[in-house]
Amino acid sequence: MEKNDKPLKIVAVSAGLSQPSSTRLLADRLAEATRRRLAEERAVEVRVVELRDLATDVAKNMVTGFPGPALREVIEAVTEADGLIAVTPIFTASYSGLFKSFFDVIENDALAGKPVLIGATGGTARHSLALEHALRPMFVYLRALVMPTAVYAASEDWGGGGDAHTDGLAVRIDRAAGELADLLLHRPPAARQAETVVPFAEQLAALRP
Amino acid sequence: MSTMQFGIFSVGDVTPDPTTGRTPSEHERIKAMVAIALKAEEVGLDVFATGEHHNPPFVPSSPTTMLGYVAARTERLILSTATTLITTSDPVKIAEDFAMLQHLADGRVDLMMGRGNTGPVYPWFGQDIRQGIPLAIENYALLHQLWRNDVVDWEGRFRTPLQGFTSTPRPLDGVPPFVWHGSIRSPEIAEQAAYYGDGFFHNNIFWPMEHTQQMIRLYRQRYAHYGHGTPEQAIVGLGGQVFMRKNSQDAVREFRPYFDNAPVYGHGPSLEDFTEQTPLTVGSPQEVIDRTLAFREYFGDYQRQLFLMDHAGLPLKTVLEQLDLLGEEVVPVLRKEFAVGRPSNVPDAPTHASLVARRDAEESVPAGAES
Repeated sequence: MEKNDKPLKIVAVSAGLSQPSSTRLLADRLAEATRRRLAEERAVEVRVVELRDLATDVAKNMVTGFPGPALREVIEAVTEADGLIAVTPIFTASYSGLFKSFFDVIENDALAGKPVLIGATGGTARHSLALEHALRPMFVYLRALVMPTAVYAASEDWGGGGDAHTDGLAVRIDRAAGELADLLLHRPPAARQAETVVPFAEQLAALRP
Repeated sequence: MSTMQFGIFSVGDVTPDPTTGRTPSEHERIKAMVAIALKAEEVGLDVFATGEHHNPPFVPSSPTTMLGYVAARTERLILSTATTLITTSDPVKIAEDFAMLQHLADGRVDLMMGRGNTGPVYPWFGQDIRQGIPLAIENYALLHQLWRNDVVDWEGRFRTPLQGFTSTPRPLDGVPPFVWHGSIRSPEIAEQAAYYGDGFFHNNIFWPMEHTQQMIRLYRQRYAHYGHGTPEQAIVGLGGQVFMRKNSQDAVREFRPYFDNAPVYGHGPSLEDFTEQTPLTVGSPQEVIDRTLAFREYFGDYQRQLFLMDHAGLPLKTVLEQLDLLGEEVVPVLRKEFAVGRPSNVPDAPTHASLVARRDAEESVPAGAES
């Protein structure tokens, strides 16, 4: 297979709030596992974004309708990434408000077709299905390609190795990263959406009764 | 009055004054808008444009009524809109209302098409907001015909068909009012303005200038594409938002509570961030002059500059003082400076007289002269 020199861009978004943050830790692990899976075939650029640093910018965008310079730069990076890793703490049975708000201020179609790996953290494994009933539907609505494996890390996972019924965190991270890496390697590069104008005659013709 | 036009546009919001907590009555606000329009003429501005809204806290639901009253009390001022809702208003009624206004005002009338931004207004007027762009396109196509063809047969998707309909009164001197199309972020509307050779107006208030620049560039390119002239000859209007005092610090101090509590962007970014990221200018008249002159660097030489002056609960007295500063200290300099280096092939801002002259010039070309 011909080796493509252009590095793949992976952006990992972490909505963790504490410092240090286990959400950030999971995002780092997912990003690193993906990079490792891809490294043999492609150069990879990984960038991890902490939404905490953009919390007020996100709120200001909601008020004014446009992003300030720092937020705009991150939105562009996320929009242009080849693959996205999105990790949130589970708050009140769902993604955190900051996580949702960040994706609320991105254009509705900006993530269409983008491979996305989702992950979440929480104090107990009882909240793990929030990934399936909150994060996955949100990204499906945005028409992103969500990886089948979503990775949930409860506090206990950081000190455990799985059991007879469940793979440990490291195995799940590796499986999810493998799914993202496979997709990135085997799908044709997404055509950049050019800003096109629909000629006015076509706009008029579409309205003829 | 030619070359560039300067004026003001009003949203017509009824907003409590955050420094006193007092909310004007609708009656007070309507009278204040009229006082502001009259003041615009008094201080030498060219244009007063009113918004159109059909929900509180806004008062201007009936723009031609207000503009007709202002027309009767002014001599030179051009009466315009910002914007006229081409989506939810019947284009037949727009054709009639503005033609009537045009006669009463002896041609001192143009208007700006817009879609409006309050969701429930669409269903209140029997329309569907998801059809916003198609409504703007079809309704304007009908309005365009009603003003140009004495008898119109029409069938479209959104409105009762017309057979043998004549919109009265016919436009003054047979020349329809000039039309601007206003849009913040829809390329379809820039395309529409370009197709017809109409003007394109960007309110240029809430968005970074780079965004506005892209919209204006698209409009200019498509204007040339449709054969109306070069990109530089397209008819561009811009909004802007300023608050001035002789002393810059005084302007910031006085405006800050109004900014911080403003209905649209209040309780968000700081005044400093917002002035840096958007065209809002709060400072001395000289700072307003410098910032406004820089618009030309972003958008090219243009035809109309409107300022938003009477919003966010600013008291009438303050707004009138602002208009004094605008008319006496800012606009005379802008007129002079914008004229410097303006290429001779960039058209002047359109007026009824210029449109009549252009029509006459086109009609006086002898038959066959172009072949």
